[in-house]
Amino acid sequence: MALPAFDDIGMLSPADIPDPAASAPPGGSSARSPVCRAAGLGLAAVARVLAGASVRWIASQPDTCQRIYFANHTSHLDALVIWSSLPQAVREVTRPVAAKDYWSRGIVRRWLATEVFDAILIDRTDIKVHHSPVDLMLREAGTTHSLIVFPEGGRSVTGEIGEFKSGLYYLAKKRPEIELVPVHIDNLNRVLPRGEFLPVPLLSCISFGPPLWLERGEAKLDFLARARRAVMALKE
Amino acid sequence: MNDPRTIALITSVLALLTAATGVGQFLKRHPDRGLDAAAVRTFNLRLRGWWILCTVLAAAFWLGTTATVVLFGLVSFWALREFITLTPTRKGDHRALFWVFFLFTPLHYVLVGLNRYDIFSVFLPVYATLFVLTRVAVAGDFKRFLERTAKIQAGLVVCVYCLSFAPALLQIPIGSADGAGHSANFRLLFFLILLVQFADCMQYVWSRMLGQRLVAPAVSSSRTWEGLLGSAASTALLAAVLWWAAPPFQPWQAALAGLVVAIMGFAGGMTMSAIKRDRGVKDYGTLVVGHGGVLDRIDSMCFAAPVFYHVTLLVTGVRP
Repeated sequence: MALPAFDDIGMLSPADIPDPAASAPPGGSSARSPVCRAAGLGLAAVARVLAGASVRWIASQPDTCQRIYFANHTSHLDALVIWSSLPQAVREVTRPVAAKDYWSRGIVRRWLATEVFDAILIDRTDIKVHHSPVDLMLREAGTTHSLIVFPEGGRSVTGEIGEFKSGLYYLAKKRPEIELVPVHIDNLNRVLPRGEFLPVPLLSCISFGPPLWLERGEAKLDFLARARRAVMALKE
Repeated sequence: MNDPRTIALITSVLALLTAATGVGQFLKRHPDRGLDAAAVRTFNLRLRGWWILCTVLAAAFWLGTTATVVLFGLVSFWALREFITLTPTRKGDHRALFWVFFLFTPLHYVLVGLNRYDIFSVFLPVYATLFVLTRVAVAGDFKRFLERTAKIQAGLVVCVYCLSFAPALLQIPIGSADGAGHSANFRLLFFLILLVQFADCMQYVWSRMLGQRLVAPAVSSSRTWEGLLGSAASTALLAAVLWWAAPPFQPWQAALAGLVVAIMGFAGGMTMSAIKRDRGVKDYGTLVVGHGGVLDRIDSMCFAAPVFYHVTLLVTGVRP
């Protein structure tokens, strides 16, 4: 098993890591109202029944330690279903990273994203060096929150897992001590395909794999390929 | 529920299950008896399934007709889920599938619950078929059109339409003949479930004991002609012995029903095996890892229920 590669280059110094209490956004889990909590519980239950998701932990255990879950992206339901498959204590500290253009449209979606899932919304149209989503994610995650990310950057059309974008590498490089947990989502693209808004209640399967870390001196493309293989390995 | 026949039936079933559980536990504790340990484990697992089945059925029966119809509706819904999950569909089928799951299936069970035999007997085979064909055509994807619509149609008929004839037994007006009111209908339904389970079991036992000639080796490596004949004969015999439990039947009519149930159960098992073989899975429980296969449990039931229903109408001359 790979050990965390503590590499000074690119690693945030403790001073860079904001104090979670000070940086907690208004919708943060500490400030979540009972209504939002109840909605979260209800929604998790509905999502699990509707998506018929069976959850497997393969050589891996649920834990509230800081993690980055990275998964293949097939459907708008992905983040919701992964989030629902986590035990409640883990769910409380886990924040999906989602596309702003989808999740801030309409009152219900915006409320769900900001109040219930406590999602970190990324503006895909406005990605610049000084405004990097990786920094935003790490700032929002602080030292306590786990993240759910989709390194393909968009939903796959064919059902095949696309090449991973480099965001996952920079996340791993800046915070090498965080566990990177591969997640494979099976069959959700049939539950809610691209361009549809009504789900069909088929059965799906969410598999969590053993955590991995960026190896010392591992090249970007090698790491991204290894991470992608880790997701694909969970297919069976 | 407290007429003597119901009590007798409940007592017999409880006695049988308790005795079988005793035997199963004895075999588990004494592995030196020369019996296959895997077979003993399978037997014990099956027994556990029957205890659960009987408990759930007893609860549903106690709650009444509506609860039983709802229970079967949920089983149908879940089985259809497994069926469609296993079947490759295309994006063009999505909208049709949505209505199949959320409109046609529940509405069919509402019609069964309302005892509208005149409508529910044609609702899925005719109207759902027309809808699915049209909706898939309108969706604009013509690739393998007939094949895709046929798959959805087959799923609906087997998982929903056929299975719903089991709770529909509760609506046949037979109570007066028996003088026991509604509990007679529940006994009739339980009689069917008992025969289906028994036929499945006998098929396995006879195949193990005498099985020589496989019916279709490429489809099923365990179903033999000897198993089919043995199961048909023993199920007919059991039905004749238990004729008093099923209200409208004379012993010979009960035996006929038993024979038909065994043959149809065999047909259901073979059909589902063929589908599974084609899709390259062993059972529906493993097609998506972690799910117990509902369809594996009810395939015989789906095929036996409508035939048992119509045989009952035919031999007793009652009208739905």
